[in-house]
Amino acid sequence: MKAKLRYRILIHLILILMCLSILVPFIYVISLSMTAEDVIVSGGYKMIPAEFDFSAYQSIFKNPTQLINSYKITIGFSVLGTVLSMVVMTMVAYAISREQFHYKKAVTFFVYFTMLFSGGLIPHYIINTKYLNLTNSFWVYIFPALANAYHILIMRTFFKGLPASLTEAAKIDGASEFTIFRVIVLPLSKPVLATVSLLTLLAKWNDWQTSLLYIMDTDKFSLQYLLQKILREAQFLQSMAEEGNLIISENYAKTKPVESMRFAMAILAAGPMMVVFPFFQKYFTKGLTIGAVKG
Amino acid sequence: MVLKNDYNRSLKKPSAFKRFFSCWEFWLLCLPAIIYFILFAYWPMFGAVLAFKDYNYAKGIFGSDWVGFDNFKFFFLSQDAWRITRNTLGYAVVFLVTNTVASMAVALLMFEVSSRKAIKTYQTILILPHFMSWVIVGYITYILFNSEQGVLNQLLTVFGQEKIDWYSSPQYWPFILPIVNIWKSVGMSSLMYYATLVGMDDSIYEAAVIDGAGRWRQTISISVPSLIPMMTILTIMNVGGIFRSDFGLFYQITRDVGSLYPTTDVVDTYIYRGLRTGDVGITAAVGLFQSFVGLVLVVFTNWVVKKIEPDNAMF
Repeated sequence: MKAKLRYRILIHLILILMCLSILVPFIYVISLSMTAEDVIVSGGYKMIPAEFDFSAYQSIFKNPTQLINSYKITIGFSVLGTVLSMVVMTMVAYAISREQFHYKKAVTFFVYFTMLFSGGLIPHYIINTKYLNLTNSFWVYIFPALANAYHILIMRTFFKGLPASLTEAAKIDGASEFTIFRVIVLPLSKPVLATVSLLTLLAKWNDWQTSLLYIMDTDKFSLQYLLQKILREAQFLQSMAEEGNLIISENYAKTKPVESMRFAMAILAAGPMMVVFPFFQKYFTKGLTIGAVKG
Repeated sequence: MVLKNDYNRSLKKPSAFKRFFSCWEFWLLCLPAIIYFILFAYWPMFGAVLAFKDYNYAKGIFGSDWVGFDNFKFFFLSQDAWRITRNTLGYAVVFLVTNTVASMAVALLMFEVSSRKAIKTYQTILILPHFMSWVIVGYITYILFNSEQGVLNQLLTVFGQEKIDWYSSPQYWPFILPIVNIWKSVGMSSLMYYATLVGMDDSIYEAAVIDGAGRWRQTISISVPSLIPMMTILTIMNVGGIFRSDFGLFYQITRDVGSLYPTTDVVDTYIYRGLRTGDVGITAAVGLFQSFVGLVLVVFTNWVVKKIEPDNAMF
C-alpha cells in the first residue's frame, strides 16, 4: 500500500514539475513588466519584483498608437481572413464531397497536390511582390493563405460522412446544390466548421511571417511581428515611445524602461488571446482526431 | 432504328462539353478555390524554374536567362550545403525521436492519474504553449538565456560558475532547441497517445491484476505495447516532412544571430536569408531541392504506410 502511494506521488510530482515549467515563465513575463527598469538592469530578471512599478505600462499608454494600429490590423485580417477562408474552403469541400460531381477526383487531386509539392519561398515571394503587388498591402495577410488543402480535405471527409438520405430527399424535392449545401450540409457540420475555423483563426492571430516578408510600413505590422521587433530592436521600442510625443514624460526620460516595456508590450499584445484560446481547447483537440484524411 | 441507336449512344456517352456543363453548380462552388490555388500554389510551382535561371528583376521569372544546373552546382559545392543539410536532417531526426518518447511518456503518466480534475488541469496547462506563437516563446527563452540579466546566468553565478554568453555559443543549441521544441508541442502530441490508452479495453488490465501484475508491470506489458501501432504510423508519416523545418523555431528562438549559424542554420532559414541578400537563383535552387526531396519522401512513406496499415495511407 505504501509503495502504491509513493508511486502515485511520484507521478503527480513529475506532471506538476512539467506544468511549472510552463507556468513559471508566464509569471516571469508578468512580473518583469511590473518591475522598475533600474532594478532589472542591476539585479537581473527576478520572478517576483521587490516592489511593483507601473512606469512601463504608463509609457505605453502615453502613446499607444502603434499598439492600437497593430491590434486593428490583426483583428481585421484574422476575422475577415477566417470568414473568407471558410467560405472558399467549405464551398470546394462540399463540391468534392458529392458523388454527383463527375470531376470530383480531378479537383481533389488538384487541391491535394499543393500539399505534396510547393514552388518554395522564393517564387512565392517574387510572384506576390512583383506580379501581384501585395507588398505593404492589407490583403497580403488574407489572399496568400486563403485556402488550406489539408483543411479542405478534413471538411470534405466530414461532409461525405453525413447521411446520404437527407441530400437525396432534398434533391428529389428539386433543391439546387446551393440549397442543399446551405440548408442541409452546413448546419449539420458545425463541429468540423468550429474546429477548422478556430485552427485558421489561431494561425492568423499568430502570424508574424507575413509582416516579416511583405510589410515595411510600421502602421501595418501584425501584433506578433510588432512583438518580435520590440524584442529584437531596443531602438524600435524607444522610437515608438517617443514618436509623436514631443513632451516625453519625466518618468520615461529618467528611466527609459526598455526592458520592462518589452514585457509590458508582450502582456498587452499577447495576453488577451492567451486567456481566450484555452477555452476552446476541446475544438483544437478534436482537430487531431477529425483529421483522418483519405484521398 | 438508326434514330433509336443514336439516341442510345447519346444516353450512354454525352459529349464531354455537355458533361462538363451539367456540373456547372459544382464548378461555381469550386471556382474561388481553383483561382486561389492557381494564383498562389500552381503559378509559384512553375515559378520554381527560377532555380535554373539567372534571375534578373527587370526580365521577371519567366524572362530571365537559362543557366542550366549552375545554381545547384554553386550550392552543392559551397560549404553551406553540408552544414544546412546536416542541421536540417539532424534536428528533424532528434525532434522526431525526442518528441515521440516525450509524448508517449506524458500520455503514460497521465493515464496513471485517476482524478478527472487533475487530468483536466494538467492537460490544459500542458497544451498552453501550443497556442503561443514562436515570438512569444522567443520572449521566454530570452528571459532564460539573456547573458546580462538572464535567469540561467543568475543561477550559474549563484553556483559560482562563469556566466555563459548563450547567444554566441553555438555548441549549446543542439540541446536547447530540442528542449524548446518538446516544451511547446508535447501537450498537444501526447493527446493522441492518451486517447489510445483511454480507448483500451479495461478487461485486459483487470486480467493482469488478477495475475498479480503491479502498475509498473501493467504499464510495461500492456500500455506501452498498445501504443506501438500509433507510434509507428505517426513516425512514418513524420518522416515525410524530415527535410522541412519549423522556420519559427529556428528563426525566433535563436534570434537569427549569425554566430549560432554553425549549429542552427537549416534549409528554411538559409532560404529566407538568401531572399534578403538577393541570392535569388541559388536559394530558389535550394528551395526546389527541398520540395523535391519532400515529395519523394512523402510518396515513399505513404507507400510504406499502405503496406503496414492501409487505413492510414493518404492516397
